[in-house]
Order: sequence, then structure tokens, then C-alpha cells
Amino acid sequence: MTDTTSTTEAPTPATAPAPAPSGTPFLEVRDLTVSFRTDDGVVHAVDRLSFSVERGRTLGIVGESGSGKSVTSLAIMGLHRRGRRVSIAGEIRLDGEDLVTAPAERVRGLRGRRMAMIFQDPLSSMHPQFTVGDQIVEAYRVHNRVSKAAARRRATELLDLVGIPEPARRLDDYPHQFSGGMRQRAMIAMAVSCNPELLIADEPTTALDVTVQAQILDLMRELQKEFNSAIVIITHELGVVAEISHDILVMYAGQAMEYGGVEEVFAHAEHPYTWGLLQSITRLDRQLETTLRTIPGSPPSLINVPPGCPFHPRCTYRELAGPATSTTRPPLAETSPGHRVACHLPVAERRRLLREEVLPTL
Amino acid sequence: MARFILGRLIGGIVILWLVSVLAFVLFFVVPKALGNNPAVLFAGRSPDPATIAGVTRKLGLDRSYVDQYWDFLRGVFVGRHFDSGSDRSWCPAPCLGYSFRNDQPVWSEIVDALPVTASLSIGAAVLFLVVGVSTGVISAVRRGGLFDRIAAAVSLAGVSLPVYFTGLLLLLLVSYKWHIIDNVHYVDFTHNPALWAWNLIPAWLVLSLLYTANYQRLTRASMIETLGEDYVRTARAKGLRERTVIGKHALRPALTPIVTIFGLDLGVLFGGAILTEHTFGFRGLGAISIDAVNTQDLPVTMGVTLFAAFFIILANVLVDVTYAFIDPRVRPS
Repeated sequence: MTDTTSTTEAPTPATAPAPAPSGTPFLEVRDLTVSFRTDDGVVHAVDRLSFSVERGRTLGIVGESGSGKSVTSLAIMGLHRRGRRVSIAGEIRLDGEDLVTAPAERVRGLRGRRMAMIFQDPLSSMHPQFTVGDQIVEAYRVHNRVSKAAARRRATELLDLVGIPEPARRLDDYPHQFSGGMRQRAMIAMAVSCNPELLIADEPTTALDVTVQAQILDLMRELQKEFNSAIVIITHELGVVAEISHDILVMYAGQAMEYGGVEEVFAHAEHPYTWGLLQSITRLDRQLETTLRTIPGSPPSLINVPPGCPFHPRCTYRELAGPATSTTRPPLAETSPGHRVACHLPVAERRRLLREEVLPTL
Repeated sequence: MARFILGRLIGGIVILWLVSVLAFVLFFVVPKALGNNPAVLFAGRSPDPATIAGVTRKLGLDRSYVDQYWDFLRGVFVGRHFDSGSDRSWCPAPCLGYSFRNDQPVWSEIVDALPVTASLSIGAAVLFLVVGVSTGVISAVRRGGLFDRIAAAVSLAGVSLPVYFTGLLLLLLVSYKWHIIDNVHYVDFTHNPALWAWNLIPAWLVLSLLYTANYQRLTRASMIETLGEDYVRTARAKGLRERTVIGKHALRPALTPIVTIFGLDLGVLFGGAILTEHTFGFRGLGAISIDAVNTQDLPVTMGVTLFAAFFIILANVLVDVTYAFIDPRVRPS
């Protein structure tokens, strides 16, 4: 994988030819709002977020830590413990069925079968006291009425599929006996055991070294080709999303800042926050003297989200956007076909800034 | 795995041997060094010089410490004679000494008391383990809820109330007031299993109340920790039923600290539950060791000490081995 270190001016879109869009998204999230009641106040982790993913397509969700990426993925999987503290509003439609209003038992039946998840750290995400094989067998048998022997054969196939050598022997190993990359492969094998149509990967490569990252991304692409599944990949590494995604959603403070095809969002970015993310990528071909650019300030507290555009306190161009930027939340408006931006800057001004001030620094 | 177990067993034997040396020094060397003749202690109240001389010979107290310890150690494996000419007593292996007060080998006293202690300990252990762990799990899953708060209050009461209070209260109620179990006494299991259990119930309840509270708190804390682990989230993400997530994926790792404490507690309980035995009038190891201390019956005190040490060490070895079964990461590969 070269993208974390090479140019992002024209990021290579995902190499796999995208299958013809079927028209109806497999996953459709509309106005998703997730908030947690804490002793300090209500945390608005996700605020009116909308996006959709079709079968065979990959959506990359990017943003800093605490931007609501993981909360979104856990909400889709129904993994937030509903109760007095968590409230979820809006719609999460999986193949047309709303998961927000569906009974918990129904969502449980979908988890692992039609939608599955790959977690960030495979060491802590796999159970240390059960063998890798047992964990895959368990994932398969919850949703398939098969004998243990048949499930074991399936687990061997899966380990082979994800590229683990000597799968039959490794089946009886414990996670701690696997290397980091092999563990993530095993985690993926477990996630795809029931051929899920939606695969959510939450920072799947963050805990891995760069060469292994590339292998894992390749593997995910291959699996997508094989199963034609919709993939949501969550990461703060822009190189990763640029390489694997068809669409990009940029999140900040639980809200969508920019949303569109990978080409639009990376090469024609129009949101100052996206610019900041692009500028803060480390590049090997850059002069050593140039200091790494960072976005000034830090992400806001999700208990007191700034009014108006949540990014305005950190935005370099807020003076150009007019007073509305600190009072009115900008709508996620279409700026060109398939490209949406939530920003108060006039479109012409954004394009001028990109051309004159941002692109030269990338 | 076999090597691991063997290693632990050898380690346990070495520790037991060290305990025996320590006990020997404590009971035979120290009194003499302080100017007290052990023979006087062994011979009973105000003995005449002839008796003391007899006891000295019979116990071999006139021999060197090394010889005395060697006699003791040999006795454990092959038995020994306690010989003072006219008075000849045979103490068969495993000979932990000879009680002159009761005129019988220490081992037979222990053998008589062991079923009582074992019945009491195992019954109470099953009770507090099952009740403590299950209520701890429920508390952890519904923490902050009504059950959790009631359990916390009951636990606090459980650890705070002494056995001689709860025990006597329970006896007063079930035996004297309601006459549910009249005249609580130990009945041997082989004699009548139903009566055995029936008479032990109050003692089990009292003894386990003390421990249940600890296990409830420990399980709760341990479960709250594992429920927050990533692998529990993974288990849910697989679509497993909540029952499986809690009972298998969260509970198993939570059991590790509980197994440790349980092993130690069980080892200690086998040394005799002194207060409970005394309250209910059971002649277990606790009762005989108290009697031995009160009557300065040194061989019995030493025998029971060694026996209790044996169980604590055995329990530790078992804990280590169980660990390896529970957690593959500590298993030697």
C-alpha cells in the first residue's frame, strides 16, 4: 500500500471495477442520530447522518477520533445497549428493513448473517480462551443448522480463503499464537463465515504494519468481488480509504461534512475540514523542511457541539463564510452530481480556495 | 502439560516438606531452646519425674534434633513405634505423631474428624460458589438495578455478621423455636445420607453466607470488567444469543480470579472451620485443633497443622493446573 505515503492529489480510485449500481442501496442510513446520556450531559455522538451503500460498493467513512465513526458502525450493527442512556433516532435500512425500530432479537438474527463486522484490534477482539477454529465454528453455527464437523470444514475453507497457510492445523491454535496480520485474517474469516451482504470494517488495518495493511485491503477487495457485498470501512487513514473506497463520507463532530465519490471528495474537495485532513497526510516526497500541517485546535466536546457549522471554530476561512457559519448549521448540499458539501462558503469561493490555496500545498 | 503438572506437584511437595521442618522446629526445637521441656508438655498436668523420663524416652526427645526429625519423617511413610519399655505403642503410616492425651495416633483423630470437615467444607463451598457466582453475574449484567442494590446490601450484611451470631440465631430458630431440625448433630454420610444433609444444612448456610458475599462481589467486579472487553462485543457482533455472550464469552475469563480465591478458600476450609464447627458442636478438624491447643496436645496440633498445610498446598497446585485449562495463554506450549 503506497497511498498513505504518496500523493493524494489524484488518489487512485478503488481498482476493482464497480459493478453496475443496482439502484437500490443495500444499506441506507437516514437522519441517524445517536446520543448518550452521561452525568456531564447529553453526548451528541451522531447527528442527523445520512448515507447509503449499494451491493458491491465500498463506502469509506473518515474523520478524527471522536467524530462518531465507530458509534455509527455500532448503531448499524445494533451493538449499542439500548436503554436509559442511549437513544437512537432516524432510520437504518438494511435491504429495506428498518433496524432502528426492529426488535432486538430480529437484529441479533441479522448480525453475523447479513451484516458482519471486523474490528480494529484483532488481539483484543478475539476471545483469548477459545481456539480460532472454535470461534469461527461458533459464528457459523449460530446462523446455520449444521453439524460441528461440517462447520469445522467450513472454518478450514474460510481460513484457506483468507490466506492462512495450513488452515486445518491452525484451526486449533489460540489467537495469541497467531501473528497480528494472521489474526486480522482470522477475524475476517469469522466475519465472512455466513457470507454477509454488508461488511463493516472499523479501522481494520490500524493495528497492523504497512505491508500487512496492503494485504488485508487486497483481501477485502477480493472478498467483495466474490460475495458482491457492500462494505463500509471506517478509518482515519486517508490512504486506506482512497485505495479501497468508491465513495467517501467525511465526518466531523458526528455530522457529515462532505460526501461523494472518491474522486470528487479527494481531488475536488470543497470542505475546509477535508482540506485539513488532506494536508495533514505525511508524504515521503515532501521536503523535510516543510513541517507537517495540522488542523489547528482539537475536535469539540460532543456535549457542547459548536452552533452553526461544528467546524467553524477551527476553520481558517470562517471570515469568508459570513456570520451564518456560527449560527446556522449548513445543509449537506449537492455541489456537483454525486458530491455533497456542508459549508457556508459560497461554491465559487470554495473552488477558488481549493485551486489557489489548498492544492499547491498538497 | 504432564510436565507442567508434575512440576507443580514437585514444587508442592517441596513446600510441604519445608512446612514440616518449620512445624518441627516450632514444636520441638523452640520450646527446648526456651527452657521448656516438651516432655513436660506431652506428659500432662503436674507429672512426676518418672513419667517425664518415660515420655522423653518414648518420644525420643533425648536424641538429636536431626534424629528426631528423621524419626518423624520416617513415621509418615512407614509408621513408627513409640517405645518406653513397658509402654509400647504402634503408630502406623502415615504417622503424624502420637497423642498421649487421647492415647491414639494423631492420624486416627484426623481420620475421624475429616469426614465432618469435608462434609461441611464441600457443602458450603458448592453453596457459596453457585450462589455467589450466579448472583454476581446477575448483579454485573443489571448493575445499578434493584437486584444489584439488594445484593450489595445483603453481601455487606453477610461479611459483617460473625458466624457465632448468625449460627446461634439460626440454631435458635430452626432448632429451638420452629423445631424444623431438632438437636442438630453430625450424622455420617454412609449411615444416612438424608439425615447427613438435613443436619448439615444450617451449618452450610451459616458458613457459606460468609463466603457468598465475597464471591458475589468478586464475580460482579470481574464480570463488569470482561463485559467491557472487545471480545464480548465481537461475540455480540456474531449474532450470539445474550445468554451465550454472558454465560460463555464473558463468564469464562471472569472465572480466573474466582478460581484462585476458591482454591485458597477451600484449602483453608479443609483445615477446619473452627467457629462454625464449634457453634454446631461438630467434631471436625477445627474442633480437634482447638482442643489440642487448649490441652497443649502438641502432636495433634502439629499433625493438624501439617494436614491443613497439605490441603492448602494441594489446592494451590490444583488452582495452577485449572488455570492452564481455563486460560490457554498460561499453558506451557
